[in-house]
Amino acid sequence: MIKYLLIAIAIVGMGWMLYPLVADFQTATELNALATEYVNGSMNDLNVPNVVTAVVVTYRGLDTLGEVTVLFLATAGIGFLLRRKGHPTGKRRPGSEILKIGSAFLAPLIVLLGVYIFTHGHLTPGGGFQGGVVIASGMLLLTMAHIDFKFSHTLIHWAESLSGFTYVLIGLLGLLLLGVNSFLDPRFLAGGKWLSLFSAGAVPVIYSFIGLKVGSELSSVIDSLQDGGNEV
Amino acid sequence: MMVMICGIILILIGIWAMLSRKNIIRIIIGFSIVDTGTHLVIVAIGYVKGATAPILDASIQMGNVADSGMRVLSKVVDPVPSALVLTAIVIGLAVTALLLAFAVRLYRTGHSLNINDYEEQKW
Repeated sequence: MIKYLLIAIAIVGMGWMLYPLVADFQTATELNALATEYVNGSMNDLNVPNVVTAVVVTYRGLDTLGEVTVLFLATAGIGFLLRRKGHPTGKRRPGSEILKIGSAFLAPLIVLLGVYIFTHGHLTPGGGFQGGVVIASGMLLLTMAHIDFKFSHTLIHWAESLSGFTYVLIGLLGLLLLGVNSFLDPRFLAGGKWLSLFSAGAVPVIYSFIGLKVGSELSSVIDSLQDGGNEV
Repeated sequence: MMVMICGIILILIGIWAMLSRKNIIRIIIGFSIVDTGTHLVIVAIGYVKGATAPILDASIQMGNVADSGMRVLSKVVDPVPSALVLTAIVIGLAVTALLLAFAVRLYRTGHSLNINDYEEQKW
């Protein structure tokens, strides 16, 4: 009884804490100064049509680097918690015929779609994070369809570490070529033509590496959950 | 406004689920619900009345303003909350996977998913 009372108090307290947010909130009718600066700067300085990408990769690039680090730590934690100590893999039911044939057809297309999403992240909705998740979902489909499907661990580890390393390296390249205050500044490559694939300086390059990083991290999450999640 | 209220309701439901359920898997589901609610609230904060997505293609008007060069004239939503939510969704996925890994590990050592069976962490 006392427990339910405490839970009710906690929820009412939380609701009370969030109430002013709703009560005083009015939907904005125009952009604030900072967002206006980002939208115009994305067009004039960076040549990036997708402003969200400009914010993720450039204006808040350091923040994104931190997010990728959090993702890496979570993956490392999962690998650590679920590592196997020489136990044989438990028996799994093989995928059905429909799943096997369907995955043979769909998996390459899904991976291709993922690559498309992260290479066009500066032009259309999408980008490295979304593309990476799409690639990982293709890997999940393959894992479900074939019981003996194994990722190449060396390949995944190399993709993971190389893409993370190159991401930081490109950031440092901006620092080197454009002077102080320009860590992760993509403008050391040419701006290019508006709305073309090879434009926006280093933004698509950075976002592709983020996509590879996210894709390989999440694939290794799937791998450890599938590999180490068996009952001992 | 509606979206923000829905988000806050989701946050409260999730907290209730985390506090009142005994099964670890259900606690993790509660965490996921809080996560989704937070995303809705953040997106709602960035909304601008009658605006479109901040992707500057053919449907967005751009033009020269007398003394400040090229400017975007159409209304677009605030890109910063969208960018934050975009990364937060993927991070939320990874953190949920980490929580599930903890659940697997706990089940392996304690053979139970009931939170009351793990008393070492109680004060």
